[in-house]
Amino acid sequence: MAENDVFASPVRDPDTAPFFDALREAKLLIKTCNACNQPFFYPRTLCPFCLSESSWVECSGEGTLYSYTQVARRGGDYVLAMVTLSEGPTLMTNILTDTPEALAIGQRVRVEFVDTVGDEKLPVFVPG
Amino acid sequence: MSINGKAQVVGIYEYPDRKITNRTLAQLHAKAARGALADAGLTSSDVDGYITDSVAPGLGPMSMVEYLGLDVRYAETTDTGGSSYVNHVAHATQAIMAGKCDVVLVTFAGMPRSGLGGSPPTMGATPESSFELPYSPITPAQYALAARRHMHEFGTTSEQLAWIKVAASHHAQHNPNAMLRDVVTVEDVVNSRMVADPLHLLDCCVVSDGAGAIVVARPEIARSLKRPGVIVRGAGEAFSYNKGGHADITTTAAARSGPVAFAEAGVTQADVKYASIYDSFTITVLLQLEDLGFCAKGDGGKFVADGNLISGVGKLPFNTDGGGLCNNHPNNRGGATKVFEAVRQLRGEAHPAVQVPNCDIALVQGMGMSLSTRHNCGTLILEAI
Repeated sequence: MAENDVFASPVRDPDTAPFFDALREAKLLIKTCNACNQPFFYPRTLCPFCLSESSWVECSGEGTLYSYTQVARRGGDYVLAMVTLSEGPTLMTNILTDTPEALAIGQRVRVEFVDTVGDEKLPVFVPG
Repeated sequence: MSINGKAQVVGIYEYPDRKITNRTLAQLHAKAARGALADAGLTSSDVDGYITDSVAPGLGPMSMVEYLGLDVRYAETTDTGGSSYVNHVAHATQAIMAGKCDVVLVTFAGMPRSGLGGSPPTMGATPESSFELPYSPITPAQYALAARRHMHEFGTTSEQLAWIKVAASHHAQHNPNAMLRDVVTVEDVVNSRMVADPLHLLDCCVVSDGAGAIVVARPEIARSLKRPGVIVRGAGEAFSYNKGGHADITTTAAARSGPVAFAEAGVTQADVKYASIYDSFTITVLLQLEDLGFCAKGDGGKFVADGNLISGVGKLPFNTDGGGLCNNHPNNRGGATKVFEAVRQLRGEAHPAVQVPNCDIALVQGMGMSLSTRHNCGTLILEAI
């Protein structure tokens, strides 16, 4: 199913440029607040918990499946999912798998970086 | 300060067509305005407040105020998606209470089936878009994520969710304007095509064109009208999103909008004789019923099963017009129709087959945007005269 997927390109902006730069080096970044120390995602300059300055942190790329759905689509089903990173935040993603029926909430997943139709890379996840 | 009793819903109008051709959005706003004002026994010269959404043509209220020929001293365009019109009734009441106006007209229109609805999201247009849209999060899939998680946490089943559609279909059979009038069974729902598992085609609402209007007036004015008004007793609003990525997608903002509305109205769940519950999908209803306190968190599946939402059968008659699941979901926004059917029930003007006897207190629950990402909930409690 992965080889059939064509991903739309995200659009970088001054808030998120380092995130997309890191994706090109196969690194997944999140942000952590400089004041309250809470990790957060999606990235933005000021912390959504206290509006303080924040810093970029590299993730392990490992997480667990929080929820998922196999979506019927002409040209091939795909799996929309939410993954909880081992660093804490939960993000939206796709799970690339040939056996979506074997997925289960709570299972371990890890990040992979895929091409998009534009210049940017995109983080997706695979079982294991 | 409380809005309890400070205004009444005195007029409603629901455009009857579900597919609309050869009409402009502005035309529909005008026809809806005329219909609701006629229902109230008022004219456009009585209107001194106006509220619409971001889908209306023009910048905020600017073009529509002119098109409708209104002379208003209060206007606003809060847009929270499908819940907008539930919140508009509350905002109208607040404006009347503050002395800013006496008669507020709310209008909306949209034709997604004809390509004249709201705009689809654009990559880069919102700060979160680049972290969601590349993954193709179509609307049913976002709701499916919440449904799957609820099943995981609480053991909810597809058959239980299906009962919500079954109940809506029992009501829709009596509504000649409803898009889906055939009564369906649990088996029909769970055997329908899978859209985004665990949600099937029949777990989803219809897509319809539509338009409508609501008139809210000061009680002194309401009392001078021939038709009985419906008293605004309480309202609550809340937003829900994944706080910096700290998600709880099985709890809706109704858990916070509901208690505010109940407290303001001075009533409890046991007082509610009829409930209009936003029903973009079956799971939308189940989660909000839990969060509004009609049952314990996690017990929604048991609560909705076995016809408990069917008028004349169960304990909590809901969406007796057939709701978004069977009747209509005008412009992919079902909040106004939730107000309409609650007003009909409180006036005793629902279809006789679904009219709730002695219906004195109704709850209206709206949800805008989506489960699993971000949404608004508006709760309104209304009372018959």
